Amino acid sequence: MDQYRINHLKELEAESIYVIREVAAQFENPVMLFSGGKDSIVMFHLARKAFWPGKVPFPLMHIDTGHNFPEALEYRDRIMEETGTKCIVALVQDSIDQGRVVEEKGVNASRNKLQTVTLLDAIENHKFDAAMGGGRRDEEKARAKERFFSHRDEFGQWDPKNQRPELWNIFNGRKNMGEHFRVFPISNWTEMDVWQYIYMEQIDLPSLYFTHKREVFNRDGVWLAKLPFMQLKDTEKVETLDVRCRTIGDVTCTGLTLSTANTLEDIIHEVASTRTTERGGRADDKRSESAMEDRKREGYF
Amino acid sequence: MSGKESGYLDMELLRFTTAGSVDDGKSTLIGRLLYDSKAIFEDQMEAIERVSERSGHEEVNLALLTDGLRSEREQGITIDVAYRYFATPKRKFIIADTPGHIQYTRNMVTGASTANVALILVDARHGVLEQTLRHAYIASLLQIPHVIFCINKMDLVDYSQETFEKIKSDIDAVSSKLSVKDIRFVPISALKGDNVVDRSEVMDWYDGPTLMYLLENIHISSDINHDDFRFPVQYVIRPQSAEWPDYRGYAGRIASGAIKVGDEVGVLPSGFTSKVKSIDMMEESLEVGFAPQSVSITLEDEIDISRGDMLIKRNNGSEPKNSQDIEAMVCWFNERKLMPRGKYVIKHTSSDARCMVTDIQYKMNINTLEKNEEDKEVGMNDIARIKIRSTKPLFFDSYSRNRITGSLILVDEATNETVAAGMII
Ligand SMILES: Nc1nc2c(ncn2[C@@H]2O[C@H](COP(=O)(O)OP(=O)(O)OP(=O)(O)O)[C@@H](O)[C@H]2O)c(=O)[nH]1
Ligand SMILES: [Mg+2]
Repeated sequence: MDQYRINHLKELEAESIYVIREVAAQFENPVMLFSGGKDSIVMFHLARKAFWPGKVPFPLMHIDTGHNFPEALEYRDRIMEETGTKCIVALVQDSIDQGRVVEEKGVNASRNKLQTVTLLDAIENHKFDAAMGGGRRDEEKARAKERFFSHRDEFGQWDPKNQRPELWNIFNGRKNMGEHFRVFPISNWTEMDVWQYIYMEQIDLPSLYFTHKREVFNRDGVWLAKLPFMQLKDTEKVETLDVRCRTIGDVTCTGLTLSTANTLEDIIHEVASTRTTERGGRADDKRSESAMEDRKREGYF
Repeated sequence: MSGKESGYLDMELLRFTTAGSVDDGKSTLIGRLLYDSKAIFEDQMEAIERVSERSGHEEVNLALLTDGLRSEREQGITIDVAYRYFATPKRKFIIADTPGHIQYTRNMVTGASTANVALILVDARHGVLEQTLRHAYIASLLQIPHVIFCINKMDLVDYSQETFEKIKSDIDAVSSKLSVKDIRFVPISALKGDNVVDRSEVMDWYDGPTLMYLLENIHISSDINHDDFRFPVQYVIRPQSAEWPDYRGYAGRIASGAIKVGDEVGVLPSGFTSKVKSIDMMEESLEVGFAPQSVSITLEDEIDISRGDMLIKRNNGSEPKNSQDIEAMVCWFNERKLMPRGKYVIKHTSSDARCMVTDIQYKMNINTLEKNEEDKEVGMNDIARIKIRSTKPLFFDSYSRNRITGSLILVDEATNETVAAGMII
């Protein structure tokens, strides 16, 4: 029977494509969230495979904090153009201007938490009934509890103690008016799987993932990028170092890794030998023991 | 790429689940497996060391590696399934750590439904409990091909061989009533690590394999049904673009069996026959497609096919049943009891239909594994055999032959909740 064997990456790919097609079939108005990070890039690649040679039958949406790496935006715009895909951009700045949220103050201010409101408002305004995200269960302990099809009430909240059973590969996307689903097609992938898959499929990535010289400073053991909107404390010194991103998110809470990895092979070696999780560099998770669970309950990605 | 990484590109995926009564040590065992196979990152370890210390544990509480919700940590129990991942040079593992508490049985079933292997834990001090039996029975209902009974907390019974043998023979006595192909027993201490990844030095009387050895070596590729080609159509791809004016692809995941370009396929429910023109995965065109691949199949003839229809291969004699009447074993998940003659939505492969429960034949008594034909009230966590009539024909196999075309769920129309999992007889 070995002729009918596929490796774990192909099996994960088949599972994710199945989930994405299920979303397109079960929902009237789904959307795929796209952050410009490697997970959403892989998820979008899977979506293109799922509907080839047709177009991806739903739009993408970027929740934009305004605190971006310019390279990530360039990449986003280029990929959308090349693939002829529509990408809605929802701005956290708009939520601030409309008084929907209040910006945090001080040097540690981050717009990461504010994104939840922008996201929920965008879902409501566009009447999306399902939002696919690139969350993976291996990222964080609250994410490890998430279903593929995750039901949200009319306030967009997640109730982790009362999730629907999810059997085999039969997904129940039925809901009442005003409710929606979050769907996580790459739930079962690990960071290593993502890199191996990018290598296997030779997927184009933003240059940020490869080692480059950059002005950085160290805050509480985490290397952050010196970009115009970053506020520095007096004691923080800017240095130019060889770094790369392990994840790409809001600049204020995306830690950079000191690295020499220049190719996908190098990155895979680095990931194989690293001893900390990729979210270890994310200031947003360090805020408390259950920071992620709390944010997710409120409707975060 | 060379060495370790190229090996990694060609690994087999094994999904396993934990089961067993409350506090038998399921989460601790998963923590131990992750820890001893070096799949724990430093920041994760530091985080649980901090929490363990704060709550006054002497040793690091490894269960915290999977008990990720605040209420779970507060109560020291598992409430919902946690998925964890690790890899050895041989295999990549997906673990579903499930709760032992009867109240959360539905979450145990969720975790177990996709597993190749179930680890059922038994506390050596308490032996076989009602929950052990319930989970063993559910594992057998779900046709998990391999079950490993881990007799845990051996450190608390002086690593006694006698205790191990006694529990083993108790399980042997009931296992004849279960339909599990492959049953194994390992004496372990999840807390101390004996026979989990490393061989126990104290239990020299045990000469069988460690748990990790079993997980790495159990043969799983023959667990998939490679005989009957079944392809539930999930989505129809019709680009109608200048480049692809006539492309009409039937997209889906091959549920079982294999198909070649040129093969004759039957279409259900229409009964038409056609030939496979191509099996596509983006630019890549496959000569042969097989389970569990997701593909898009084009046919030689223009036939009206939509989601919920099924492509099958007729030439190997076995066709799925095509009927509105279905008999199934169901696990009930909801506080709202099963309503006799009640109406539900049935979801089966890519089909949705409305249905009515026409008969409750019997309820299973979990303690005796006997049928109860008297009391037919089916409530939360009960297991029963029922008859269903759906508003349109479904194409199905028995669950024992095909885990995908033989499974279904019932949804309550009023609440949209998934109220039951069904295994077709
Ligand atoms: N002495 C000893 N204690 C153990 C062993 N394994 C687990 N324990 C302890 O048993 C208690 C329960 O362990 P858990 O791993 O949380 O049990 P569980 O089966 O996951 O429980 P639920 O998920 O709530 O059903 C904890 O205090 C563990 O430290 C063992 O091998 N030896
Ligand atoms: Mg547990």
